[in-house]
Amino acid sequence: MSDRDSIFETVKAQIEPFNKKGVTVTEATTFQGDLEWDSLTVMDFVAAVEDEFDIIITMNMQAEIETVGQLADAVAKLKN
Amino acid sequence: MTETGLQAEALPADPAAVAPERDLFDKFGPLIAERQALLDSGVRDPFGIVMEEVKSPTVAVIKGRETILLGTYNYMGMTFDPDVIAAGKEAFDKFGTGTNGSRALNGTFHDHMEVEQALRDFYGMSGAIVFSTGYQANLGVISAIAGKGEYIILDADSHASIYDGCAMGNAEVVRFRHNSVEDLDKRLGRLPKEPGKLVVLEGVYSMLGDVAPLKDMVAVAKKHGAMVLVDEAHSMGFFGPNGRGVYEDQGLEDQVDFVIGTFSKSVGTVGGFCVSNHSKFEILRFVCRPYIFTASLPPAVVASATASIRKLMNAADKRERLWANTRQLHGGLKQLGFRLPTETPESAIVAVILDDQEQAVRMWHGLLEAGLYVNVARPPATPAGMFLLRCSVCAEHTPEQMAKVVAMFEAAGRETGVIV
Repeated sequence: MSDRDSIFETVKAQIEPFNKKGVTVTEATTFQGDLEWDSLTVMDFVAAVEDEFDIIITMNMQAEIETVGQLADAVAKLKN
Repeated sequence: MTETGLQAEALPADPAAVAPERDLFDKFGPLIAERQALLDSGVRDPFGIVMEEVKSPTVAVIKGRETILLGTYNYMGMTFDPDVIAAGKEAFDKFGTGTNGSRALNGTFHDHMEVEQALRDFYGMSGAIVFSTGYQANLGVISAIAGKGEYIILDADSHASIYDGCAMGNAEVVRFRHNSVEDLDKRLGRLPKEPGKLVVLEGVYSMLGDVAPLKDMVAVAKKHGAMVLVDEAHSMGFFGPNGRGVYEDQGLEDQVDFVIGTFSKSVGTVGGFCVSNHSKFEILRFVCRPYIFTASLPPAVVASATASIRKLMNAADKRERLWANTRQLHGGLKQLGFRLPTETPESAIVAVILDDQEQAVRMWHGLLEAGLYVNVARPPATPAGMFLLRCSVCAEHTPEQMAKVVAMFEAAGRETGVIV
């Protein structure tokens, strides 16, 4: 498994506790449209991802991220 | 000083076909429907209250009924203080009704200088700048001092004016979990060392009325080389030996770089300010857009604020009454079995947690019908999706009023099944 793949799998696992609707998570799944997360859920989830990878995803960056795939890309970039 | 922005010099020669007009209000549909459903349930509109007459800091007439006010931020009850009113009247007579301009141009009068001096005296600081509202003070200072490539680190439960100050500026914005010293430390530790950093905190958080562990948070911020701004809107007059706020109460006077405050709470008028000992503080008057591009406060407002601030320096009796009232309310509600977010009364805000909007509004409606006004608070203003009834206590409430308030909560709570 490539680094990007393993990041995606980790992110996917981290979505599960917040995945109240039981949505099947793919690269194209959107946080707002598909998962229907409100801003508070986003805050909790982002904090969990930040702590898992020991990174900071600024609110400015978060505004650009709509899908799970985009988040995995951003994490991969931030880890380097 | 008006900015009109870029304007087209001429219309295009070959204009595109006009698309059918779209109603920009379509996106508000769900909110409009939610509000309509609430009103259709027969309750009064929690966001449409009109005070027909205000009799004192603690009593108003709402829909013809005398109502106890327990949802204003008039903590120190200064709105009807005779000296504060007299100062305003005198300024009206001497300086007229308004300034017709920006602080930066023709909008600075004698009384604006006086109120800034009163603030320097109250806080024991070298610099004070007055804005037209507290919202604008946060908007202006935060957006101006943290620039592109620099960082703002803020508590997730920060007030909208802090978030909006971040959105207006160009800094990178990082949030940490509410009141978590460890989370703040971790996040600061992950940021690059070089760029400037501003940590934004509040002394009292206005939704749950909880107090920040400022001592530990400021220590962490300083360890990472960040400057610290603390919003003390909900603590002025009754925290710390001189009533300067939670930061003074926790002994941080020489460590907090900027304090933001407001006249619309304990001071009893309207306006906002920032105080600081920073040697270059005055430059903010030239770089804060919400200071420059808006009208200054009317002279009567700042003259009243000056009188009020000076009286708040010696308001030990009011302060004692405010805390006594808060203890009575918090203890009474807790004993009745209401769910309160703080174990002890940490500030003059006592919030009651309800299950959902419907229950919160029914309870609120019952209280209003009985003659008591409190605030309804709902997400996104509240943390963790909570629905709250928020009480804010005034020094001028009497022990008898507080006993009555607790009895009204008991009746409405049993009526709505919130308590058994």
